[in-house]
Amino acid sequence: MRHLLSAGDLSRDEATLVLDTARELAQVSSRSVKKLPTLRGRTVVNLFYEDSTRTRISFEAAAKRMSADVINFSAKGSSVSKGESLKDTALTLQAMGADGVVIRHSASGAARRLAGWVDGAVLNAGDGTHEHPTQALLDAYTMRERMGRLEGLRVAIVGDIRHSRVARSNVLLLHTLGAEVTLVAPPTLLPVSVGTWPCAVSYDLDEVLPKSDVVMMLRVQAERMRAAFFPTAREYSRRYGLDRDRFARLHDDAIVMHPGPMIRGMEISAEVADSPRSTITEQVANGVSVRMAVLYLLLGGSESAIGNGN
Amino acid sequence: MHARKHAEGGSTSSTAAGPPSRADLGDARAVLEGPEINRALTRIAHEVLERTKGATDITLLGIPTRGVPLARRLAGRITQVEGRAIPWGSLDITMYRDDLRLAPARALGRTEIPAEGVDGRVVVLVDDVLFSGRSVRAALDALNDIGRPRAVQLATLVDRGHRQLPIRADYVGKNLPTSVRETVTVLVEELDGRDAVLLGPARPRAGRAGSAEEEES
Repeated sequence: MRHLLSAGDLSRDEATLVLDTARELAQVSSRSVKKLPTLRGRTVVNLFYEDSTRTRISFEAAAKRMSADVINFSAKGSSVSKGESLKDTALTLQAMGADGVVIRHSASGAARRLAGWVDGAVLNAGDGTHEHPTQALLDAYTMRERMGRLEGLRVAIVGDIRHSRVARSNVLLLHTLGAEVTLVAPPTLLPVSVGTWPCAVSYDLDEVLPKSDVVMMLRVQAERMRAAFFPTAREYSRRYGLDRDRFARLHDDAIVMHPGPMIRGMEISAEVADSPRSTITEQVANGVSVRMAVLYLLLGGSESAIGNGN
Repeated sequence: MHARKHAEGGSTSSTAAGPPSRADLGDARAVLEGPEINRALTRIAHEVLERTKGATDITLLGIPTRGVPLARRLAGRITQVEGRAIPWGSLDITMYRDDLRLAPARALGRTEIPAEGVDGRVVVLVDDVLFSGRSVRAALDALNDIGRPRAVQLATLVDRGHRQLPIRADYVGKNLPTSVRETVTVLVEELDGRDAVLLGPARPRAGRAGSAEEEES
């Protein structure tokens, strides 16, 4: 059984297979019976050590639409608050016969550690500041649906790149799928290793905007910050926030994305967030289809159809 | 399970690059050629009209991959005779197959239900080869999740026998007596460049092709 730990593990064919499968599965959401029998008798555990609204609900809905049994585990109110380690929790799940484990954890690399301890497939639903591969897949899916292609698409990812697992997974996946990514952030909010990533880097949002087909805004993750990275929120917002004036500088077909949760007035103005060219709610709907596709491809057959590279 | 039929028909390469080619046919022998297939489809079209008393509320649903072009052609022929459009579409059965866990997860085919839906209509499922009957069972389950047809009928270009379920076809292009281990391959102009039904020699029981049969015994 293989896993989905990093967006970088997917080959171009595998990533395309996930997106094509998701496209077919999206139809299920509009039927009268919103359920497929495919994962009947399989158990998926949602193991969430970190707060999450969208991702946890999305994985739960996806697994239930595929008829899997879902067990939700959150660190609050479990033996974790009594001091149980990740490994012991993993062994408990193993003993209960989980076929798939969806893990969200504040420590980078937690998903990969877990993959070494359990037999089931591990799906990384966000590990610290490292990766969030299903978010990247649903973002790529949303871009492909809206723009009709990914090859050659110019994508700007703007904001707190340093603390963002979404940015890293998107850079890796979009590069695999042939899009051109430019990261835009103040120098203090870029990771040290950014020079090795397959993308361009800019400090100047106004220069990048007119040359972009997709602008993805990221939240400033204050909860992960243990130092001052910019003088004031207001100054950050003025230089890196997407407001009405900047929005007007985008070309007419360009779209605005945000993985959520967003802080209106900080990185994105309410007016931009609610515009018809913003895909924020579409991204949430697409997330269910993409996660159904990933669950199907990992758990549906005798062996996984994706992620065999790790 | 379906020796040749689905060993290739639903395999993993079909999404991005279009349907899989059926080039590697070795010493298979053609038992039906283009003109005979055309005549068989024309006859089925007339039988459908007759049996459904004018086909006023029928919907044709092809089972991917090769049932779909056959459904389209049948719809075209009925339209020629009756002078009005017959709704047709495709119904993917991958998620409903009973052998999903015997092979790696497969790429999905397309499901396209015509705007009329299936509720209250006579749905004619169209497949290229009827063998064990398991594909049809899966198709009935898939259909059940989409709506409630007034009746469901089955049309197949080739019935090669060896049913493993109590399923029969209402319309058959040709009954083809085979041994279980022979392979029957249907080629269609739209996907393969020519129309033909090929009967291949018995193959050794390698890989997954025979696993369902072994499980049967």
